Amino acid sequence: MAQVQDIEIPDSAARAAAIEEAQDVQGEKMVLNMGPSHPATHGVLRIVLELDGEVITKADPDVGYLHRGDEKIAENMTYTQFIPYTDRLDYLAPLANNVAYALAVEKLLGIHDKLPPRCQYIRVMVAELARISSHLLGLGAFAMDTGAVTVFLLTFTEREKIYNLAEAASGARLTTSYTRIGGLMRDIPPTWCDQVRQFLKEFAVALAEAHTLLTRNRIWVDRLRDLGVISKEMAIDYGLSGPNLRGSGVEFDLRKNQPYLCYKDLDFDIAIGSAGDCYDRYLVRMEEMRQSMRILEQCVNKIPGGAENKSHELVSIQDGKITLPSKQKVLTSMEELIHQFMLVTEGVNCPPGEVYFGHENPKGELGFYINSKGGGTPYRLKIRAPSFINLSILGELMPGAMISDVPVILGSLDFVMGESDR
Amino acid sequence: MSALESANKIKAKFGALIAEPTEFRGEISLKIADAEQIFEVCNFAKRQLGFDYLVDISSIDNYGEDPRWTVVYHLRGVASGEELRLKTDVSEEKSELPSVLPVWRTANWHEREIYDMMGIRFSGHPDLRRILMWEGYPYHPLRKDFPLAGKPSDLPGVAFTQVTPMEGGPFVTLPSSSDSIAREPRVRVPEGAERAISDQRLIDGKLK
Amino acid sequence: MQTSEYGYNSKIEGDVVLTTVDAALAWFRKNSVWPMPMGLACCAIELMAVGASRFDISRFGSEVMRFSPRQADCMIVAGTVTYKSAGFLKRIYDQMPEPKWVIAMGACASTGGMYRSYAVLQGVDKVVPVDVYIAGCPPRPEAVLDALMKIQKKIGTQPILQGTVAAKLLHLEEK
Repeated sequence: MAQVQDIEIPDSAARAAAIEEAQDVQGEKMVLNMGPSHPATHGVLRIVLELDGEVITKADPDVGYLHRGDEKIAENMTYTQFIPYTDRLDYLAPLANNVAYALAVEKLLGIHDKLPPRCQYIRVMVAELARISSHLLGLGAFAMDTGAVTVFLLTFTEREKIYNLAEAASGARLTTSYTRIGGLMRDIPPTWCDQVRQFLKEFAVALAEAHTLLTRNRIWVDRLRDLGVISKEMAIDYGLSGPNLRGSGVEFDLRKNQPYLCYKDLDFDIAIGSAGDCYDRYLVRMEEMRQSMRILEQCVNKIPGGAENKSHELVSIQDGKITLPSKQKVLTSMEELIHQFMLVTEGVNCPPGEVYFGHENPKGELGFYINSKGGGTPYRLKIRAPSFINLSILGELMPGAMISDVPVILGSLDFVMGESDR
Repeated sequence: MSALESANKIKAKFGALIAEPTEFRGEISLKIADAEQIFEVCNFAKRQLGFDYLVDISSIDNYGEDPRWTVVYHLRGVASGEELRLKTDVSEEKSELPSVLPVWRTANWHEREIYDMMGIRFSGHPDLRRILMWEGYPYHPLRKDFPLAGKPSDLPGVAFTQVTPMEGGPFVTLPSSSDSIAREPRVRVPEGAERAISDQRLIDGKLK
Repeated sequence: MQTSEYGYNSKIEGDVVLTTVDAALAWFRKNSVWPMPMGLACCAIELMAVGASRFDISRFGSEVMRFSPRQADCMIVAGTVTYKSAGFLKRIYDQMPEPKWVIAMGACASTGGMYRSYAVLQGVDKVVPVDVYIAGCPPRPEAVLDALMKIQKKIGTQPILQGTVAAKLLHLEEK
């Protein structure tokens, strides 16, 4: 029979040193680099974790791996030239970014509440479609990181349908650049509203399926419940926005508190969480998708001009100093030719001043602070990126959680690095 | 309480420090004369007036003017929904103002980004290091005298930068200048070569 | 020793295939290209769409998106490469075992795209050698599949055993 024997160290000094070394090793913490290239970090995010065994003691997120210099580029572009850059901010919901930026510049011009009604309804529709699209991918990636791969394929199938709608409206699946200052690029095609209705019918089924797979799933609930709890005060103090803020119980939604476009005329609720944990944020996003479906249904029924726009409602403001005139007029009339020339070469002539406009993006509040000294290019364009601010809470949220909780927390915060780093 | 009333309350409390509130497109802005007092003003705004949500801190480079920096704070009260803008100027020699991190913890990353992009320091910030560019990057990119194409830098093992080729443009539109020829989208003459520019500001190096 | 693509029809050839070792190895290799998705920005979303059900990359044998470079064949650089990212991107490329290929997906990875700024590397080919460039911003998933097919064609015509230890041991090379 084997016997376990302690190795005897005869020398007392060496024995003391050995005991000290044993204690030292036990208390040592490991620094783990959750690198920029990682499947669960939703983009290029680097987190430097200090671990004590499996428990995280410190977390330091390192952003900036996708910093492309958008704000400096904006100082060298006209307002219209910058629209494609806004697509690539939150690239999961590019239509919403387009709407946000167009509204910000229109606020500077003073016309953001004077848009034609059809334009407003279409903007609301595409923004809500973008919201569904973004939440779907957030949900899919989140579920995939925690192990539920089926949900990823399910949500991507639905997103393809939204891509079809976006392509029908703007010509591009992902980087739409659909809005223009003062209106839209073009009107929606006549069959678009019917396609939206069809999508809503199919999406209701898919959403119910996702609920069945996840919401009362024992594993899912156990992994998400009571994790990453953000209290109301913490959420407000850290400047969170969007579902992260509402998941903590703060009743603040820019569509209700500072209504823009035609949200005043639409009937919808906002989802508020109670516990502020990851499960609540997940439920808030699921409910937001359902509310977006409600908004879309109302919009397709109430859109001015109807689906086919038989009454030829405008989709852009008819002002030669803001929107491009029709090509026919440009080629035949002098005034429109000059307007076209000035708008293309110099850009929309904005008055000097500064505005801030915050839009309820799926990730949070996407804000544009435009400081203009007159002319067609901004003097300073600051993008208030919700993901950048949502990420700052990681240093506070992660310590105490285990390393396997990291994908859950990251997925529940639902950030995107393109927006965070700009 | 509306934003204008809050602005007037701040003016009443701090007196000569605050200029008259201005309004543009429905937004109220307040100019604070001394940047050193920004912490007290923000503290008052949060504790007494209920502006518990800091939306954004921005920085502006007034190149060619003195003071060079303007730091802009966007405040919001979540319960009331009111928004207020505070602006303060910092001169280039000083390039420093107190951090408002004790008031709102979200200011942490905002101030780090302003330090990274503009080079304005925030005294009292516990961890003021670069956030978007890497540690050791020698320039502050968002300054007006820093070219869009960038400048070469090298930090072996971490990162490097090279000058981005801009010839054969147009990749950029020059900000509104009186010279319509310089403004038009056409091939730009590379840096250093002769340019027929009539705008004095461009010649003086005040606009790049 | 140059090899060529090998087409096989069991009704004509019968059930036993005679081929060169190189052609067989190339056929195995090209139909199981395991991509390493370096998904940096918006193109990563289209890359995920390629991996999803509609534009199934699994039909090409590549649904195994290995995030570990040690287990991947082909690195798909999808998105804008900044100077800050260039360092770790090169490191990850170095960690991939031979043979390896690189697809530069999208305008940003090919040439820097529309981001002509101080922080963006003007093309990932400045740090890693690229085999196929895909144009588009972002490229349609069909374009990504087309690039994958081009890589497969390249792999299919690549001499594999030449110069390897196995070739020497089996005396496959002429002296």
